[in-house]
Amino acid sequence: MSLELKNVEKKVGIHTHIHPTSLKLEKNTINVLLGSTLAGKTTLMQIMAGLDKPTSGEIWFDGKNVTGMKVQKRNCSMVYQQFINYPNYTVYENIASPLAITGVKDDEINQRVGKVAELLKLSAMLNKKPDELSGGQQQRTALARALVKDSDLILLDEPLANLDFKLREELREELPKLFEDRDCIVVYATTEPSDALMIGGNTATLLEGKVIQYGKTLEVYNKPENLISAKVFSDPPMNIAEITKRGDNCKFTDNDVQWKSSAKIKDGTYKIGIRPHNITTYKEGNNSVEINGKVQISELSGSESLIHFTNGNLNWVSLSNGTQQKNVGEDTKLYMNTDEFLYFDQNNRLVNNG
Amino acid sequence: MNKTINQKAWYFVIPVFVLVAFNAAIPLMTVVNYSFQETFGNNVFAWEGTRWFKQILLSERFHASLGRQFAFTFIILLIQIPLGIAIALTMPKKGWGVPVCLILMSMPLLIPWNVVGAMWNIFALPDIGFLGYTLNSVGFDYNFTQQPGDAWFTTILMDVWHWTSLVVLLSYAGLNSIQPAYYQAAEIDGASRWATFRYIELPKMKKVLTLAILLRFMDSFMIYTEPFVLTGGGPGNTTAFLSIDLVKMALGQFDLGPAAAMSLIYFFIVLLVCWVFYNLMMKNEAQS
Repeated sequence: MSLELKNVEKKVGIHTHIHPTSLKLEKNTINVLLGSTLAGKTTLMQIMAGLDKPTSGEIWFDGKNVTGMKVQKRNCSMVYQQFINYPNYTVYENIASPLAITGVKDDEINQRVGKVAELLKLSAMLNKKPDELSGGQQQRTALARALVKDSDLILLDEPLANLDFKLREELREELPKLFEDRDCIVVYATTEPSDALMIGGNTATLLEGKVIQYGKTLEVYNKPENLISAKVFSDPPMNIAEITKRGDNCKFTDNDVQWKSSAKIKDGTYKIGIRPHNITTYKEGNNSVEINGKVQISELSGSESLIHFTNGNLNWVSLSNGTQQKNVGEDTKLYMNTDEFLYFDQNNRLVNNG
Repeated sequence: MNKTINQKAWYFVIPVFVLVAFNAAIPLMTVVNYSFQETFGNNVFAWEGTRWFKQILLSERFHASLGRQFAFTFIILLIQIPLGIAIALTMPKKGWGVPVCLILMSMPLLIPWNVVGAMWNIFALPDIGFLGYTLNSVGFDYNFTQQPGDAWFTTILMDVWHWTSLVVLLSYAGLNSIQPAYYQAAEIDGASRWATFRYIELPKMKKVLTLAILLRFMDSFMIYTEPFVLTGGGPGNTTAFLSIDLVKMALGQFDLGPAAAMSLIYFFIVLLVCWVFYNLMMKNEAQS
């Protein structure tokens, strides 16, 4: 069982919402669609579900061409960012609704709803109506509705985006477990790189209607094929600067910071991508290099400190563990972990991927 | 907490007092005054107690006009609410059709009430009106000035024409506030068109629909201008709804006492129905 998009394209009027995309999602996998708003995540999911038809290209499911097949016949379920439940049904009736429509017997409905309700911690509120529930519980109900059906394809469209922080963390931890023993393909759209890392599985990075890269989540994160993929998969935003390399010696074009690189690449100019957590107020790794900066913004968020600073005419973002109190305007020293640098050539392709 | 004592604050309340007194309390009290007394003009009053109230409540004339009133309101609600919802459901959701439909729908609401009455009067005249003439020429014996059934038909048709738009606009607003994801979710579940309406659209429209029913109830229960211009309550008294009957009594016969008592009873009926309706609505709200 697999879901395959073959050169799928979606145009609305003169606007291209999805550029020709080919993607193969395998059975028993969780696939994250990662990209900012308007990257085309929702459109892509609606095409996968059959709620929307591609302008051109084909969709194959389980070895069959299902392009243009109606959503009712596809056996998929979907969870939305908004908490979508039938307003005047109880939680029980809501969860049972996809089964009732397909004519499953009452005993079986009862048993299956009970099971999935327990899984999602809804057993105590089966007789309540959705608007008596908290946002988290409403979304759990929607999830239960999606899970009760034994769908082949489960689409989750930013399901945690409307939840407050604590509920989001809680549900995000549970999510991968929910899909563990299921014979289905899960697609999860999100704008948050941290969601993708937490959920694992595979990730496709998207930008402006194009799939930039698709692969195992950690691989995409650690070895982004190109600069765009790296940018999409980095929050806070990735630092990008130009460097020149002569032999083992590397140097930023705009300042005097130098380091030795073991990357097996030719001499020349490169773009370098540094994730914020690889610039810290303390030394990390064996090959860290010092950089001077003037603090522009200093934010403490719980256990992490985000410091924006300038060096020459470049702006940098750094993310350190612990509470690192810095004053705005203060001159400070930070350390960059050169082992984690990503080198991109003039065509924005990653070159130190060995 | 220390409360500041500042009696001067009362001055700020005075304008509201004066305003409410002039637009509500004083006219209402005048009516109350009349309802308990008999007057022969020259400001001579004689106390009559609850006589007028008893008289009105026991009079067949009042029972008849109250019955007509309830029948009329019930019929127009029965037509306008489903029709309004149905029209709203078929209206386009995007594109150039939206402003066109909205403007067309608002038109009847913008026409002054007596103009509506006059318009329909002429429109329905059996000899020269388009509607009346057409109906007669295709074989219906139609004459709203002489036959009670035709008069009712015309009055109801006029009200449906005039006011269904309000229900349409409210329902349309209600429908538009439903997120597309609900429809998609129903589609994924394989729900039929009827199930989508019954379990998504109708519950989501509940609030605007209660509002629409309440507004249409009050408006139609107090209807005066349009039937007055159209039929004048006739033929006979067959379309004399409460307000028309009331005006006849007060200004036609100059029975100020009974008319005042009737106004108050009328007022209490409206108040009571609204209260009951509101409470039912809120009870439902508390349940869900």
